[in-house]
Amino acid sequence: MALTKDDLLRMYHEIVLIRRFEERSKDLYVAKEIGGVYLHLANGQEGVIVGSIHALNETDHVITAYRDHGHAIVRGVDPKYVMAEMYGKATGTGGGKGGSMHIASGAHRFWGGYAIVGAHLPLATGIALASQYRGDNEVVLCFIGDGASNNGYFHEALNMSAIWNLPVVWLIENNFYGMGTSVEESAGNPVLIDRAKSYNMHAFPRVDGQNTLEVYDVVSQAAEYARTTGPVLLEVMTYRYLGHGVSDRLYDSETRKEEMSRFKDRDPMDVMAEYIRTQGYADIDETFNQIHAQVEEQVEASIEFARQSPEPTVEDLYRHIYVEQ
Amino acid sequence: MAMKNTQMRGAIRTALLEEMRRDDRVFVMGEEVGKWNGTHRVTEGFYQEFGARRVKDTPISEAAIIGAAVGAAMNGLRPVPEIMTVNFAFVAFDAIVNSMAKIHYMFNGQFKVPMVLRWASGWGMQATATHSHTPEVIFAHFPGMYVAMPSTPLDAYGMLKAAIRDDNPVIFSESIALYPLIGQIPDDNLDFTIPIGKSDVKREGKHVTLVAYARGVHWALDAAKELAKEGVECEVIDLRWLRPLDLEPVYASFKKTNRCVIVEEALPMYNVGAEIATRIQEDLFDYMDAPIKRVSSADVPLPYSKNIELMALPDVHKVIAAIREVL
Repeated sequence: MALTKDDLLRMYHEIVLIRRFEERSKDLYVAKEIGGVYLHLANGQEGVIVGSIHALNETDHVITAYRDHGHAIVRGVDPKYVMAEMYGKATGTGGGKGGSMHIASGAHRFWGGYAIVGAHLPLATGIALASQYRGDNEVVLCFIGDGASNNGYFHEALNMSAIWNLPVVWLIENNFYGMGTSVEESAGNPVLIDRAKSYNMHAFPRVDGQNTLEVYDVVSQAAEYARTTGPVLLEVMTYRYLGHGVSDRLYDSETRKEEMSRFKDRDPMDVMAEYIRTQGYADIDETFNQIHAQVEEQVEASIEFARQSPEPTVEDLYRHIYVEQ
Repeated sequence: MAMKNTQMRGAIRTALLEEMRRDDRVFVMGEEVGKWNGTHRVTEGFYQEFGARRVKDTPISEAAIIGAAVGAAMNGLRPVPEIMTVNFAFVAFDAIVNSMAKIHYMFNGQFKVPMVLRWASGWGMQATATHSHTPEVIFAHFPGMYVAMPSTPLDAYGMLKAAIRDDNPVIFSESIALYPLIGQIPDDNLDFTIPIGKSDVKREGKHVTLVAYARGVHWALDAAKELAKEGVECEVIDLRWLRPLDLEPVYASFKKTNRCVIVEEALPMYNVGAEIATRIQEDLFDYMDAPIKRVSSADVPLPYSKNIELMALPDVHKVIAAIREVL
C-alpha cells in the first residue's frame, strides 16, 4: 500500500517525538525526577519502531522488551501516560507500578515491555496461539534485542511458533550490543537472521533500520506472510546512541564513537526527511519546523502532566495482586 | 448427590474433561499430553475427543509451554498447561514467578492470566534427587498466583474445576503417590466446585491439631487412627491451598487443643510448617501449651537406595513420635 503525504509526515513526527521524548527522559532521570535503577532509551532506533509498527493493522498485536517507550507511543499511547509511568504516578500506563521497563496498553494491543531478557518471546507465541485458536487473522509483532537471541526463550518460543505455524513476526532489533558485549562476542554465528534456517522459518535479508521506509516495506510483507502462512524472522540493523542504559560504562569507547558516527551519518530522522523532500511537497521546511515545535509542546506537556499527577496510594499498593471477581 | 468411584488421576481427568466440554477456551498443552494420552494418564482420550487444536503436544520446552500459556491466557483463552513433573518446572522458574504471577499487578490490572498450571509432584519412588521434589512452598512464596495441592479425589475434582473457572493463575500440584488413591466424586453435578482458599477439617478431635496437605493428610490421618486407640483424639486439618492460606479452621482448632503438629512432604527449611508455627505464635501465643512441631522430609537431596530413601521421608511413625512430644 502506497504511503500518503500524511502517512509520511506522521511517521516523521513520530521519529522526532520518540527522539525528543527520550532526550527529555534522560534529562529528567539525571535530575532524579524520574526514578529507578535503569533507564533504557531508544535514541537512534526510531526507524525500526516507527517503520515496523506502521506496517500493522489496528487489531494486530505488539510486544517488546524493556526499551519500550517509543513502541507504546507509536502504537498510539499518549506520551503523557508513558511519562507519568516513569514518574511513578497513578495516571501512568501501569498506575505507577511498572515503571519505564513495563509500559503497556491493552486498549492499543500493546502487550508491554518486559524486563527479563527473552521472557516476552513465549508470551508472543501464546498471544499468537490464541489468535490462531479463534481464527482471528491477527498478527503478533515481537521485538527481540540481539542479546535475547542467545537465551533459551528465543529457541523455545521460535521453535514452537514454527511447528504450529503461528502468525508471529519475530523482529530482532540488532543494535550491536547486549549491554556491553557485542554480537560478535556473544553469538557463534553473528548473522542472527541465519537462525531462521534452524526452524525452517521464513526470513528476509537483513534490513537497514536507519531507513524507516525500508523497515515499513519489509515488515508489511512479513506481516502478510505471517497472517496467511506462518512465522517470519527479521533482523533489523540499528544503533543505540545512548548506550544500554543511562549508566552504560562503555558507550564512550573509541570503537563505539566510530560506530556511532557511522550511524549518525545516516540518522533515521535525516533519512526520512530526505525522502520526504524528494516528494516535492510545497513548503516542506516550514512543515518540518511545525512538527518539531509540536513535538516540543507535546513532550513538555507530558512532563507537566506527569508532575501534576497524583501518587499511587496504599490502596493501589495492594490492588490488582489478584483479579477482583 | 449421586457419586461414583474413581482414582485420584481419574478425578482430575474428569474435572478437566468436563471443563473442556463446557468451555471452548479451555485447552491443554504439554509434553505427551495428546497422542501418548498423558504420562500420568490424566489426559487419556483427550486427543481423540478434542483433536490437536485443543490438546497440544509440545516439544520439550517448559519455559515456552508456560510462557505461551501465559500469553494465550492474556489474549482470552484459559490454558491448562501440564508440566510432566514439577522437577522440569525449575527450568521455567522465570516464566512462573515473573510472568504468570506478576503480569496482572505490574500492568495495573490491564491483563488477566486465567490459567491452571498442572504438574505431578513428590518423591519416594527411587526417582532420585533431581526427580524427587515437593517444592510447592517455593511457588506459594510469590503473590499473584494461587497454589493448590489436594489430598483426595473429591477435593482434586472440585478444586481443579474452581481453579479453571477462576480468572487468576493457579498452580495445581498433583502428588504422584496419590494418583492411584480411590475415592468418590459427583456423578452428575457438573458445576460442583470446592472454593479457592478453603481449608477442610478431615477429622475432628480435641487433644492435638494436625495441619497437613496432600500426602501429609494421609500420614496425619493414619497417625490419628493409631492414637485414637489410646484415647488421643487428633484433629486433622487439610490446608488444600497453600495460597490463599486459610488458617481459620487451624486457629479454631488450636484454641481447643493448644497443641499443633504440621505434617508435610516438603523439605524442612522455610516450609509450610515454618509459616504456620510463626503465625500461631504471633496470633495465638496465649493458647500455646507446647512447642509446635514439624514433620517433614529430611534435609537431604533424595538418594536412590530404597533403604535410605525411606529414612528421609515422613511416615506415620514420625508423625506419632512428634505428637507424643507435644502431648
